[in-house]
Amino acid sequence: MASVCFYFQVHQPARLRHYTVFDKDEDYFDDYKNRSICRKVANKCYLPANRLILDLIRRCDGRFKVAYSITGILLEQLKLYAPEVLSTFDALAETGCVEFLAETYYHSLSFLYSRDEFLEQVNKHRETIAEFFGQYPRVFRNTELIYNNDLASLVESMDDFDAILTEGADHILGFRSPNFVYRPKGCGKLKLLLKNYSLSDDIAFRFSDRNWSQWPLTAEKFAGWVNRVNGNGNIVNLFMDYETFGEHQWSDTGIFDFMRHLPEEILKHPDNDFKTPSEVVRSYEAVETIDVPHLISWADTERDLSAWLGNAMQSSAVGELYRLEPQVRQADDERILADWRSLQTSDHFYYMCTKYFADGDVHKYFNPYGSPYDSYINFMNVLDNLRSRCSMGAAGTAVCEVTQNKNSPSLETQALS
Amino acid sequence: MSVFGDGGGVNVFMLGWEFPPFISGGLGTACYGLTRALDRLGVRVTFVIPRAVDSRYAAHVRMLSPASRRDTSGAKLREFKNVTFRTIASGLEPYSTPDDYQQRIEETLRRKQPGVVRPSQASSRMDYHGDMYGEVHRYAAVAAELAQHEQFDIVHAHDWMTYPAGIAVAAMSGRPLVVHMHSSEFDRSGEHVNQMIYDIERKGMEAADKVIAVSYLTRNIIIGRYGISPAKVEVVHNGVDRNGNGQWPLSEAGIEKDEKIVLFLGRITMQKGPEYFLAAAKKVLEVMDNVKFVMAGSGDMMERAVEMAAELGIGHKVLFTGFLRGNDVQKIYRMADLFVMPSVSEPFGIVPLEALDNDVPVIISRQSGVSEVLTHALKVDFWDVNEIANKIVAVLKYPPLQMTLRDYGNYEVRKLSWTDTAHKCVRIYEETLAAVH
Repeated sequence: MASVCFYFQVHQPARLRHYTVFDKDEDYFDDYKNRSICRKVANKCYLPANRLILDLIRRCDGRFKVAYSITGILLEQLKLYAPEVLSTFDALAETGCVEFLAETYYHSLSFLYSRDEFLEQVNKHRETIAEFFGQYPRVFRNTELIYNNDLASLVESMDDFDAILTEGADHILGFRSPNFVYRPKGCGKLKLLLKNYSLSDDIAFRFSDRNWSQWPLTAEKFAGWVNRVNGNGNIVNLFMDYETFGEHQWSDTGIFDFMRHLPEEILKHPDNDFKTPSEVVRSYEAVETIDVPHLISWADTERDLSAWLGNAMQSSAVGELYRLEPQVRQADDERILADWRSLQTSDHFYYMCTKYFADGDVHKYFNPYGSPYDSYINFMNVLDNLRSRCSMGAAGTAVCEVTQNKNSPSLETQALS
Repeated sequence: MSVFGDGGGVNVFMLGWEFPPFISGGLGTACYGLTRALDRLGVRVTFVIPRAVDSRYAAHVRMLSPASRRDTSGAKLREFKNVTFRTIASGLEPYSTPDDYQQRIEETLRRKQPGVVRPSQASSRMDYHGDMYGEVHRYAAVAAELAQHEQFDIVHAHDWMTYPAGIAVAAMSGRPLVVHMHSSEFDRSGEHVNQMIYDIERKGMEAADKVIAVSYLTRNIIIGRYGISPAKVEVVHNGVDRNGNGQWPLSEAGIEKDEKIVLFLGRITMQKGPEYFLAAAKKVLEVMDNVKFVMAGSGDMMERAVEMAAELGIGHKVLFTGFLRGNDVQKIYRMADLFVMPSVSEPFGIVPLEALDNDVPVIISRQSGVSEVLTHALKVDFWDVNEIANKIVAVLKYPPLQMTLRDYGNYEVRKLSWTDTAHKCVRIYEETLAAVH
């Protein structure tokens, strides 16, 4: 019996505008760019893909099921820039065949830096999903599937979740297969679902690669691979970025056609079915404990945190951001809090990554600023301004010190009139 | 003939320029780097340079009477195995304007060096021409005669002053000609190009079998402004000589120990954008105080730059060192926190690579050839004073930024060697020779 479990990640950051050390206003975000990108992705991906999934659900008479995790920061943008997308997600929710997962509202790395903030963001996200789609999520996934034993324990202690997802990385599985349900080490009830990265990436990355030995990938061929799991696995966890459909893999690669035929091909085998993550949890017991003492993720070949924290700029930026938490809370201002949280989105640090930049392979490198250095400068300038807003007294003047090290100059911002 | 590795078999008659430290600017540096790399590949080079009789480095020059039209000594510098040097007595120096040249010649005559004959005297054909264009053509005639006694497969001429010589030597020997554009009149003089120099550049490129440009930026100028066929123009980026290491003690000339130093190093001339440097400095000083700006170099705009710093009210924060040579250059790199090159039009720009090699992070203008090869540098449009200042402040304020730029930049520079440049030149020689046969 192979249950195919689809989960799609849906997210867009709120990108920062070009912000120099001379800028003093509190408008940090590039609304124009965010709007353009949101609408573009809506037209190329969200709308056609949602319509396709809806159609498939109806045609398969309730036998086709999927799960989504949509970040809060994207929901806000959809509301502003592409509300029709929200209607299609509503329709999906109403089919009863779609499960919504929980994550941090702001797609942040807060678990690594502030447990309190992490918990607040997860709860905020749960409430938002309940409000939008009438479901309280029971399955959790952390930003970029970042995971370790501690996270699992923390999530279990929240008492709101039955399962957690992460990457089925080789170095944690060893000889074991991701096609079973596991138990995180240190947990009693929570179940662990691991991404089958081989099959997931066949769709998400290799689908249009003509140099791939398996190109072209048809629904029939893929269903054949799923069939092979029968007998030595219970589930096939296909976790991927929703932008696979139309953005990463353009429509003319045939990705939509592939998906259109996939459910019927898979259901041809009587032992196969589709399950949402919660259904997987209900149907299968954990076969074994998985020990993940060190943090993993679903990013790059390393499956680690180097994409966001690999260089000095990234670690200093993240460090400075979370160091500001006490002042942000003390300022007791909703806008300051919202801005601080929007700065936590992991994409901002991803843009500062020099890993691929060092190889000079600019094609691999997607960045709204063109260079990791520009991203860092932008971010730090914005953070400076936020910091000065926190220390603003009633008189309206602001003085702030940069406390990097003794060689830094002290900065004085000019008095606001 | 193999394309890589063994360049043996190719014989090049190269018309170039004095190596550092005897000459200022990128041209000498580029000739040195390229020639040395070619030498290591086994390419045989006859390297011909102009050399003034009255040079203050007279110890390295054979005194010639102007009656002798060439130096037949053919010296080999110990460093080079396959390169023969030939000098032609001439007052030509790179980057001269006709006025510079005129001034220099008049000074030479004023000093009444033994053996130098006044142009008014009868044997004027053997003298230094008071007029630079005349000198360029006289140089060509001497070079052509010199070439009669040399064996070579191909002629390679660096920058416009050697183009007539390149044409003459190629014509006389029947060998193909490669001209190398290190800069164009548009880079040097903006829109007010000197028509005669432009004509010589254009004629040289038209006569050549192949044109080498030091960047895509320069290649575009060649195609767009000189009307040269794109198929003829190849891009070979310059490299850098890596010799930056060792610790130097802090020099205390007007600089506090914890003060940040932002460096401008190069000729203080329009092309290099000194006014943008100073305008950005002023903006930086609005938000930061313990920083000094150093302009290391000399040039026709130096006085104007000093005035401008004073007018902007930052005179006490800007230091002018004048032209730096040898060890002083290394010292200034040791002291600098950041190097800025706001060039208006820079065909390549080797200096930022040297800065990175000396562990100084760089901000470079997008209007430069070197921005085509560097990824770990901050890039700006030269006119965007606000952004230049923004980036300067960021580097000085955030040590992780400075560190990352410095470390990655230094690593990147290691990959930009003259060996690659030499390989590409050898490939061009081989292709040109194959096409001709």
